[in-house]
Amino acid sequence: MNKVMSNKLLIALYISPALVLVTVLIFIPLILSGYYGLMDWDGIGAKTFIGIENYMNGIKDIKFWNSAYHSFLLAIFSTLSLAIYLVISFILASKIKGADLLRKIYLIPMLLSSVAIAQLWIKVYNPSNGILNVFLTKIGVHNPPAWLADSSLVLFAIFIPILWQYAGFYILIYYAALKNIPESLIEAAKIDGASAFQIATKIKLPLIKEVVSVTVVLAIVGSLKYFDLIYVMTAGGPNGASEVMASYMYKLAFSSYKFGYGSAIGFLLLLITLIVTFVVRKLTTSKEKIEY
Amino acid sequence: MKRIGYFFLYFSLVVVALFQIVPLIWLFIFSLKDNREIFAGSPFALPSEFRWENYQKVWDGGIGVYFFNSVWITALAIFLTVLFASMATFAITRMKWKLSGFVLSVFIIGLMIPIHSALIPLYSMFLSVHLINNPLGVVITYTAYNLPITMMILLGFYYTLPREIEEAAVIDGCSVHRMFFQIILPMTIPVMSTTVVINMIYNWNEFVFVNTFISSEKYKTLTVGIQNFIGQYMTDWGAIGATLIISVLPIIIAFIFFSNKVVEGISASAVKG
Repeated sequence: MNKVMSNKLLIALYISPALVLVTVLIFIPLILSGYYGLMDWDGIGAKTFIGIENYMNGIKDIKFWNSAYHSFLLAIFSTLSLAIYLVISFILASKIKGADLLRKIYLIPMLLSSVAIAQLWIKVYNPSNGILNVFLTKIGVHNPPAWLADSSLVLFAIFIPILWQYAGFYILIYYAALKNIPESLIEAAKIDGASAFQIATKIKLPLIKEVVSVTVVLAIVGSLKYFDLIYVMTAGGPNGASEVMASYMYKLAFSSYKFGYGSAIGFLLLLITLIVTFVVRKLTTSKEKIEY
Repeated sequence: MKRIGYFFLYFSLVVVALFQIVPLIWLFIFSLKDNREIFAGSPFALPSEFRWENYQKVWDGGIGVYFFNSVWITALAIFLTVLFASMATFAITRMKWKLSGFVLSVFIIGLMIPIHSALIPLYSMFLSVHLINNPLGVVITYTAYNLPITMMILLGFYYTLPREIEEAAVIDGCSVHRMFFQIILPMTIPVMSTTVVINMIYNWNEFVFVNTFISSEKYKTLTVGIQNFIGQYMTDWGAIGATLIISVLPIIIAFIFFSNKVVEGISASAVKG
């Protein structure tokens, strides 16, 4: 038995397709990204080694920090919106009729491509015929804004479809966690005279703390990597007002042909993401394990 | 009092549901209208006649090519991902070797990587081996990037399979290949189908890899292809609506039929990731 199941050749045979693909297409490119960042390179011609110049330029690049600032704003927005999702999940999990159907309706936007969502919301925000401004005009707003062309509003206007896209995802996770809490705990609390609000904040919330911290990490890391929707909706505009780290990197490489500099920015994006993931995990996960 | 509270809670849930669904309904409605109706009438008025010709127009306009590319690229990548992930998960959870824990952690680290950081090197690697503007480049990229999450979903199920299966099979003189393909793999069909649905959603909707690696119209998938289309029909909202509905329809249909699998897959991938 042990001999058959520890045959080295067979193990290699079963593990290697996946391991080779992941190594060649995920890990090697990451290392190369750090390496290309040391080059002056337009993507086609010869690479010239220039040391850490690209990285130094990246650290001093106002446009990069501006895009990083927008990414962090999105991360903060997304994290704050988790509170809304939590409240919705609490209501949904309180034995309400049709909860299953509602939860599935909430999930639908998440299944669609960011490109389709972006195109749909471009239409929603259309200054003259979009449903938003048609609605605003009807309720008496005279000059509703041109949402995506206004640099002071654009980031907020982009955040609404993000909220729309991911609401169902977080509600699904919280709902599942709440449904996992054993009924007996809640019954015991009720017998002791706890109010519904107390049960929610003092019993249920602490019990799903782990799940909440996972979603905080997902929301923050997801926001730092955010790209598709913004790229299609505004391409970072107007005038860089909705540029994020990934879209800035993408433009450097594939529109300006600064492959070396773009790689350096891509590598900084990786470092920032990993550091933030590590810090947020440290801050949000407690050592004590919850058991029930 | 309690009644009113209950009604209020219910009302707020329905408002959220409306917020989630109304833009899509609006999209569907204007996909059946012409510009005159869209711009003159109320946004939620039903079209005076259902203009299915909007769909006919964009289909004849060539969206079929993108649709077909999306179908085969998605299907091939799902097949490779689920096969390779099952094999690797089998080796990690069922076979005995010292490095299995380390190799598993390599896959788990793969979950945390922002794809954009790997994009430029991937592009130059593909350029040198002629995988740029080649749909196979996209297929292997999807396969690689979906392997970690697929394995995470499979892992829990594989751990719960009883050891006795292998013991009995080995005693009966069954080879490892037969054990995997004829005994283990069929047992994992429930969890495999979850991973298939999740992979389908990811691959069908993927944008940045196709946008970067494919430039020729004949290899583009729907997500990238609809961008051109919309440029072409800039002012024809009916056609744009029809294009978007065609691009999201397969996923919506899959969700209607496999909603439990989708829910399962999404929650598994989130909590474990």
